[in-house]
Amino acid sequence: MAATTEPTTTSLRPRPQIIATRVDRERESWTSWFTTTDHKKIGIMYLATVLVFFVLGGVEALLMRTQLAVPDNTLLTPERYNQILTMHGTTMIFLVVVPVWAGFANYFLPLMLGARDVAFPRLNAWSYWMYLFGGISLYASMFWSPPEAGWFSYVPLSLKEYSGTNGQEAWIYMVHLTGLSSILGAINFIATIHNMRAPGMGWGRMPLFAWTILIYAYLIIVALTSLAATVTMLLLDRNFGTAFFDPAEGGSALLWQHLFWFFGHPEVYILVLPAFGIFSEILPVFARKPIFGYKAIAASTAGIAFLGMLVWAHHMFAAPMSTVVLAFFMLSSFLIAVPTGVKIFNWVATLWRGTVEWSVPLLYCVGGIATFTMGGITGIFLAVFPIDWQLTDTYFVVAHFHYTAFGASAFAMFAALYYWFPKMFGRMLSERVGKFGFALLFVGFHLTFLIQHSAGLSGMPRRIYEYSDSSWTAYNFISTVGSFMIGLAAVVTVGSIVYALKRGPRAGADPWKANTLEWFVPSPPPENNFDVVPRVRSVEPMKDIRREIEQRTGVEQRYRSGQPQQR
Amino acid sequence: MPEGRFRRFLLALGAALAGALLATPAAQAGLLFPEAGGSPNADSIKTLYIMVFVLALFIFAGVEGTLLYSLFKYRARKGRQAAQIHGNTKLEIGWTVGAAVILVFITAFTFIKLNDIKDPKPSLIDENGNPIAQVDNLQTASTDLKSIKGPQMRITVNGQQYVWRYKYPGDDNLLVYSDMVVPVGMTVILDIEADDVAHSWWIPKLGGKMDALPGYTNKTWFRIPLDAIPEGQDRVIYTGQCAELCGRNHANMYARVIGMRMPDYKRWYAQQVEALKQAKTDVATQQEKLTESQESAGQDTGQ
Repeated sequence: MAATTEPTTTSLRPRPQIIATRVDRERESWTSWFTTTDHKKIGIMYLATVLVFFVLGGVEALLMRTQLAVPDNTLLTPERYNQILTMHGTTMIFLVVVPVWAGFANYFLPLMLGARDVAFPRLNAWSYWMYLFGGISLYASMFWSPPEAGWFSYVPLSLKEYSGTNGQEAWIYMVHLTGLSSILGAINFIATIHNMRAPGMGWGRMPLFAWTILIYAYLIIVALTSLAATVTMLLLDRNFGTAFFDPAEGGSALLWQHLFWFFGHPEVYILVLPAFGIFSEILPVFARKPIFGYKAIAASTAGIAFLGMLVWAHHMFAAPMSTVVLAFFMLSSFLIAVPTGVKIFNWVATLWRGTVEWSVPLLYCVGGIATFTMGGITGIFLAVFPIDWQLTDTYFVVAHFHYTAFGASAFAMFAALYYWFPKMFGRMLSERVGKFGFALLFVGFHLTFLIQHSAGLSGMPRRIYEYSDSSWTAYNFISTVGSFMIGLAAVVTVGSIVYALKRGPRAGADPWKANTLEWFVPSPPPENNFDVVPRVRSVEPMKDIRREIEQRTGVEQRYRSGQPQQR
Repeated sequence: MPEGRFRRFLLALGAALAGALLATPAAQAGLLFPEAGGSPNADSIKTLYIMVFVLALFIFAGVEGTLLYSLFKYRARKGRQAAQIHGNTKLEIGWTVGAAVILVFITAFTFIKLNDIKDPKPSLIDENGNPIAQVDNLQTASTDLKSIKGPQMRITVNGQQYVWRYKYPGDDNLLVYSDMVVPVGMTVILDIEADDVAHSWWIPKLGGKMDALPGYTNKTWFRIPLDAIPEGQDRVIYTGQCAELCGRNHANMYARVIGMRMPDYKRWYAQQVEALKQAKTDVATQQEKLTESQESAGQDTGQ
């Protein structure tokens, strides 16, 4: 706790920073990673675990793409293919994209709010360990019999009669553990945001990333509790003789679909809202311009979350339902396009008339917005239920949700990584390698998924382990080539991280000349984050602080962002 | 003049789009558009899709164009200053309303086309294969699937791991697997059911898919055009496969719909019924023989 501020020297330095980096850190043994309740360490553990699962899920995707590269391929048996399909979906949703935002929020929410930790640090540690054990329990099933009914586990296929192995139980167990982890994490974030903001940080001055995490947390509480009940019903049906879902005994197979998607659609906003928050944080920094329409972006986040709970049945337009129901869910799905569109317009307007620095985080953001826009537009096609009758359960849908979930969430994940890496580890990632990795990922992504729209339109259903139709061959081969480019991009990024951890140039407290409070503290921040919490006077407190120092010292604060700090 | 240049850019974009649209009819179904051509509902879905597609193309080009334009045009250079704008309420209300208006258009398109897709059209032929004079909207009396008037054929489709079974109407109780044979020009109404897990019935050229869910009956319809059978041939074949993950062999759960002219269809139907009877008789005689031989064998050992 030795960090001290020296206001007199601070004002004489060319850049605002606190001198805590000069204090030797306490030596810690490796066991501290097991016992820690520090939100920053837990955040790093989350992100490292996510990286491992992201690689596993990616390898599963590549296995599937390799199997489908040519017709009548025999690389994978149908059984193995269905297992990998289930593991890929489950991993990416439950073990990568939901926890990745928990990881970033863990590390940066308190820093951005001006807090010294989250509200319940020990609960926070528990959340992490539950997530890890949930992931392990799912992957442990690989050594016996992994689940094979898809990440959506539709009944009756997921009932004991048709999926007799214990893989399905492992899946249920994983959903319970990671779900509880997410719910407790969400409570923690909500408590932190409501109670621990810096003096002066009213709701209208809160960083937009914090806004999206707040809404993400509320959505988790609604959606994942519902899912917990749903999978418990499945567990009872499978093992204890109930018949919620078994039509042979008076249960309803459609009930599962309603309950699952009542979780499943809020879930996609759980995946994507924090990504919107990342875009809203990074764009203004590199356009050197305030975010356009702060209130509209915050309000549309809440709007999307509310409407997101009313659109679930658009996943089931081909199921037996009356036309009135179909029309209701079509219209509610249209409505949700409005706040989503508003966000995209606001981001474009943020770049408009700015001075846009083409740094790696910005490129990932713009690439993500461009990709997500495409996914939003194909979403309109799918919302029109008669059109959906042709497109649902085909590769068109696979393409659509990868454009939204990969386009927004994964691109934002990379953007956040490049943007915040200097803060977390005190070193910069290479811009050149980063740009190369971005180009590979962007081209690879579109090569993989753009053509899948056509595969779907020409009649290729999802989740098939082989095909013999020759008109699909070219589409699938192109897609497989693209997927390996994505794999290469991931390798480049991971390589860049490993290199930068030890040899990256020193970042200093504020390498990007950014706007929010996490850049006020040294990189990496000391354990207590802030010795003195600055008073917040706008959405961009760091801008105010820099301006004030300029006024006090009479020296203009000019330096290029993204450059190593000069001592 | 950034405004002037932007206008020119928009004009060029519009021209490019118009060119692309002119070229679209040449584009293959499947690459850009859903399959159609086997039934009026599939054709209507395609029309609706193209309407949305045209609108979407403009939105896509507009948003992506502006995004790329601002990325390049406002790239940081020495001496440039970023405009410190926090927002513009009028503009923001404008684009919110704009987005909503576009969606109102799509909603209107959808409801205009919906009846063509959902409600079965009357048959073009009667039970004996004679053409029926078509008067628009005369025979589609209601939006309810059950109440179309005139000749029609009702087939129950049953999904099972991993085969489709079709139950034909009539007293013969004909059951056929995988290949559904129907007369062209006849409106076929499908009751879609499943016995085990969820499946999804889909023949792309004959319209949208409908899930086959145990415990429920889902409905759809199709009517193959009279001229669908190529000159000099006696049948037209539409292929499809199960579209809902139904287990390990989901990829191999194929279905075909074969359209025949009415006389050919009748001949096929008679053959199937005959074959069924024959099979039943064969089984019966075999059973008889087996019982006899068992009985005699029993007598043998009994002695």
